[in-house]
Amino acid sequence: MTDHQKRIDEATGTNLVGHEWDGIEELDTPLPRWWVYIFAATVVFAAGYVVAYPSFPDTAGLTGWSSRGQLDQTLKAETTARAPRLDAIASTRIEALAANPQLMRSAIEGGRAAFKVNCVQCHGAGAAGSKGYPNLNDDDWLWGGDIAAIEYTLQHGIRSPGSGETRFSQMPAFADILSRTQISQLVTHVQAISGQAKPSAAGALLFAENCASCHGDAGKGLREQGAPNLTDGIWLYGGDRAALTQTISKARSGVMPHWEGRLPRVTIKMLAAYVHSLGGGEGNPAPAAPVTADAATGEANVGS
Amino acid sequence: MSALDLINPTSGLYRKREPVFPRVVKGRFRQLKWAVMIFCLAVYYITPWLRWDRGAYAPDQAVLVDLANRRFFMFDIEIWPQEFYYVAGLLIMAGIGLFLVTSAVGRAWCGFACPQTVWTDLFQHVERWIDGDRNAQLKLNNAPWTAAKLSRRLTKWSIWLAIAVATGGAWIFYFADAPTLANQFISGEAPFVAYATVAVLSFTTFTLGGFMREQVCIYMCPWPRIQTAMLDEKSLIVTYRDWRGEPRTQGVKKAAAAGEKVGDCIDCNACVSVCPTGVDIRQGPQLGCINCALCIDACDEVMGKLNRPRGLIDYLNLHDEKHERAGGAARPILKTLLRPRTLIYFGIWCAIGIAMLFTLGERARLTIDSAQDRNPVVVTMSDGQVRNGWTIKMRNMEGRPRSVELTMAGLLQGRMWTDAMDRKDAARSVRLNLAADATTRLHLYVAAPAGPAGETPFALIARPQDATPGTNDGREAARDIKFIRQ
Repeated sequence: MTDHQKRIDEATGTNLVGHEWDGIEELDTPLPRWWVYIFAATVVFAAGYVVAYPSFPDTAGLTGWSSRGQLDQTLKAETTARAPRLDAIASTRIEALAANPQLMRSAIEGGRAAFKVNCVQCHGAGAAGSKGYPNLNDDDWLWGGDIAAIEYTLQHGIRSPGSGETRFSQMPAFADILSRTQISQLVTHVQAISGQAKPSAAGALLFAENCASCHGDAGKGLREQGAPNLTDGIWLYGGDRAALTQTISKARSGVMPHWEGRLPRVTIKMLAAYVHSLGGGEGNPAPAAPVTADAATGEANVGS
Repeated sequence: MSALDLINPTSGLYRKREPVFPRVVKGRFRQLKWAVMIFCLAVYYITPWLRWDRGAYAPDQAVLVDLANRRFFMFDIEIWPQEFYYVAGLLIMAGIGLFLVTSAVGRAWCGFACPQTVWTDLFQHVERWIDGDRNAQLKLNNAPWTAAKLSRRLTKWSIWLAIAVATGGAWIFYFADAPTLANQFISGEAPFVAYATVAVLSFTTFTLGGFMREQVCIYMCPWPRIQTAMLDEKSLIVTYRDWRGEPRTQGVKKAAAAGEKVGDCIDCNACVSVCPTGVDIRQGPQLGCINCALCIDACDEVMGKLNRPRGLIDYLNLHDEKHERAGGAARPILKTLLRPRTLIYFGIWCAIGIAMLFTLGERARLTIDSAQDRNPVVVTMSDGQVRNGWTIKMRNMEGRPRSVELTMAGLLQGRMWTDAMDRKDAARSVRLNLAADATTRLHLYVAAPAGPAGETPFALIARPQDATPGTNDGREAARDIKFIRQ
């Protein structure tokens, strides 16, 4: 105890602390004794806690608990929990996935996650692509847009070195074959069939001789060859004169890697389901039915 | 200071609890306390067992906080998480209700309705039933630990514990179907959290009601402090009319014969011995007084026996106290209750209640929300048209499946289709079936001919196809959105 003389508050009979602010004084009201017992108990608890849990750098607690270990456990539990669903997706033919809307929905969501890791580098986070990298949201497909064709493309890639079954075609570089004037006439024809210019007879003749074998007489493309449809509004490398001139002169041969052997089969299947679900997927299967979700799950901002 | 000083009761730093053994009392406030206690306990224990028919798609429990499915049911009212402002409104009403009660009748909440008071009161009745009234309890408390004392203590604690477990047990039934959970609980199949909740609440009820009692009010509860700030000089509080009672006189006749001034208080200590928190009201208003008014009953009984007017201890506000002390006549209590402050609180309280009831009747039970695809916003299709996409959420908050037609208003050349359809079938409107009491989420595409870059506003309108005539369940839900071209 301190030495200064204790003063007692008359009204309450309680000691005064001795601090005074503008005439207001603080009472030294005794704390209840159970409070000090609880305080002592928390100190004892803290001592035990420090020993039981990792409290110092590079020191494990007696329980062996660590936040990293907890994460491992959570991941393991999550993996175990979703294993049956992945097995179900793996054992279902991809064309038959849509018959089971819940399974299809799982596949699409699994594909969405895998896409963010493996595909966004070229195709972009929203799969909108960029020059030379196709937009996967539209309904224009070089090699086929039904779900099985998409899966094949994912498995074997396009012009992918090291894959025996990769999709392959090679457009010739016409700078070595045709004159500048002829190439210019061809460009005019391609612009004509895509509705950008007036038709030219010379160009049409050149097209029939040099291009129709792959792109078709009408320029509608040929999926067996990965030859693009030249009459629609979608251009992978640009549809203006300069871009078309370059494409015809130097040719294009974009590469997509094959993913078989790099990703599990089921992941490839889920990626195919996801890409197919982006709004341009063709034919069988019909896309997944709308989900009915609980009000609160994902109630806030929703991704697409 | 040594460590021993910390727990040494004489050091003055810490104070041991003085046990309180309140004597039984009869009177009108005791009657009121009984009524409030029975009402509160009945509401608490019975409510989860009330049934309410909501049809096949919703639970049939009248009051249910369904945390797992994020629904709150209260009789005919169902609240979704995004309607939580109704709960906020109820909490605001509860807050203003406490302001109202406190400004009018002081700590009436503490004295009558607070769970700590209600359960402590219940435990004290058990205590009297087992151990006898105040004097017997005092005697037993001071007696050495014999087998008889031990058996009495064990009996009392067992009954307390049974009440405590029932209290904790009732709580969990508000959060799940009561009969189902009761079966699961008994057969050991209930979720861990149910057992943990019951254990925690049993422990707190047993400890706070049996042993902590007034310590909770004096040391732990913030409400007495808040109330101190809300009381004014016109709030009714339990008051000792000291100008009438003093000087306290035990030997009245002797003192009167000796010509001494005699007060009405005969210093019988009845008011102190019935007090559940062990205060002496004659020392004036104090933190320990929870305004339970039992001392009024005790004193009135004594005054009745002495043929003196009741109300030596009474509900009285400080303003009237001064007035009476100066010799004025007693003022009617109604004048204290009805004054601008309480009327304003009451007005606000009613206004919030009426506003909530009104909005509750008018709230939409079908809503539509949309989030436009941002990456990419615009997709050019092979036919040259441009496409925008939206994630649509339609909430059907009624307990039955609904059929709605989703229609475009504006963007006349646009056609829409969902992710469950093929673009070939795109149209100006689509039919959707919405599951009962659920959110239906779908992806919606709209394609329109290309044009100059810019935004074209239009609206999505959801029209119920199954409305009952004469009700407002045919109300449309609309959402203004923009079609974007680049």
